[in-house]
Amino acid sequence: MSTTDNKPLQKVCIICAKGSIEDVYATLVMANGAVMEGIETKVFFTFFGLDAITKKQMMSLHTSTVGNPAMRMPGGLPFPTLLGVIPGVEAGVSAMMRSQMEALDIPKVDEFLEMITAGGGEIFACKLAMDMFKLTKADLHEEVKDVLTIGQFYELAGGDRTQIIFT
Amino acid sequence: MKEIKANGISYSLTDEGYLNDASQWTPELATELAKEDGIELTEEHFKVLEYLRKEHQSGAPLTIRKVGKSGIVDIKGLYVLFPGGPLKFSSKFAGIPKPTSCV
Repeated sequence: MSTTDNKPLQKVCIICAKGSIEDVYATLVMANGAVMEGIETKVFFTFFGLDAITKKQMMSLHTSTVGNPAMRMPGGLPFPTLLGVIPGVEAGVSAMMRSQMEALDIPKVDEFLEMITAGGGEIFACKLAMDMFKLTKADLHEEVKDVLTIGQFYELAGGDRTQIIFT
Repeated sequence: MKEIKANGISYSLTDEGYLNDASQWTPELATELAKEDGIELTEEHFKVLEYLRKEHQSGAPLTIRKVGKSGIVDIKGLYVLFPGGPLKFSSKFAGIPKPTSCV
């Protein structure tokens, strides 16, 4: 195999600190992709990223319709920020995004977490953010392995072919 | 261009070791390809390979999620059968092109 020469990645530690659909899915796709490539994978959710592993929130993540210059209407016209503030618009746009992902066979958040752990990936929550948001381990999805401090996270990140990725 | 021999016949492979012509596939070839990656194929493996070949013929894009829902093996089982590359290795041994999907 030619890949032994160019030293493939051995471990990735991916940090997700935001809770919008696109931030969470960037994390999940990267994590699952790493697991599928045989790379040891640790995912660390913190601050608003905790929504992705909080049972109450994880299935209804939103994307922001305000202050997002890349947001377009169906058809490609710019999406006016003022339209984004109307109640229900953000929910509608988010539902649309989720259904388009479903059509591409992109799994829902809970199923994605299960796919990552099925391949040996590990999912962690940040202790400080948990304390801030008054969350306990019981509020989190079953696939979350542990609640860690930042020191414990760095301990997990050891090894000379490890990358830490902040999405 | 790489080559591999199975049953005395020589097959041409891509640089990444995937069979160039999916129609040339034989179970013996699958066994030889798997040996190169240190995997010994069992009946369970072949069930997955057959499923992948069938899916490939229908032209459907391959995702790990789809294999997991095939009823043949769940995702955990797929990782056990093809450690370090559930889709990468299984599609290689099935003689179909390397998957291009990100999920």
